[in-house]
Amino acid sequence: MSAFLAMDGYGAFVWPAYGLTLLGVGGLVLWTLQARRAAAARLARLQALETAATQTTATEMDA
Amino acid sequence: MWSYLANPERFDRLARAVIPWTWGVAALLFAVGLPWALVISPPDYQQSETVRIMYVHVPAAWLAMVAYSGLAVSSFVYFIWRHNLADLAARALAPVGAVFAFLCLATGALWGRPMWGAWWVWDARLTSMLVLFLLYLGYMALRAAIEDEKLAARAGAILAMAGVLNLPIIKFSVDWWNTLHQPASVFRFDGPTIHPSALWPLSIMALAFTVLLTALVLTQMRAMILSRKADALERRRERRLELEAGL
Repeated sequence: MSAFLAMDGYGAFVWPAYGLTLLGVGGLVLWTLQARRAAAARLARLQALETAATQTTATEMDA
Repeated sequence: MWSYLANPERFDRLARAVIPWTWGVAALLFAVGLPWALVISPPDYQQSETVRIMYVHVPAAWLAMVAYSGLAVSSFVYFIWRHNLADLAARALAPVGAVFAFLCLATGALWGRPMWGAWWVWDARLTSMLVLFLLYLGYMALRAAIEDEKLAARAGAILAMAGVLNLPIIKFSVDWWNTLHQPASVFRFDGPTIHPSALWPLSIMALAFTVLLTALVLTQMRAMILSRKADALERRRERRLELEAGL
């Protein structure tokens, strides 16, 4: 295990390379999923407001 | 196919069906590729264990260039046909390409230090790759600086199309100039010159990066489509509230 981590003395170069990649790729993934969730939530909220508003108007018209 | 997909509703339907698969396949490819790259593949007889850096460095470099090709093509399509989806694709590709270009440069430095004895040299390959990274940053900065969205999209498209000149420079820099960076060993006319024990993990990692790029870009585009729908609803709501206030 320690031999694996040492990477024949190049651990100080190999692991940061993979660490940075994980950070960059992981960051992209989290940012993208968050953007989709936020957009979907905002749309759902506005759609709910819209339905509520049209229903009120319809009820007023009935009355 | 393109005119079929040009309809945002149809694109949305297709994207919704495809997106979960792209995430799943990307995860699977990384689950196979990472242990292969880090454990199973043998050390190189010259580079020793630093060869493992190549399994992220090379895919990052390729995908940074693939993403830029996509950015340039979508920019062209948007510029000529004013198609909104093409602009969304361009907007989604830029940050992903920028991160890949950065990772290529950073992992390259981490390999260069032990193997060349230098983090950085101003060689044609490294410099043209740095230019690619700066093109991405310039593209995003330009778009962010212009408030009018249509104008920002067109200005960005022009920049992206002009920057495409840099792609052949990156690719052929190792042949045209005397570079410290080694020449191509995979995409050659006479076939790959690297050993299968390294070519396999490299190919799987490259495929993993490619599918991940697809997942990221499609998901970003869908988020943008949802945002646009929300923007339209919000404008309608504001108009209605103004009207009601006026009555």
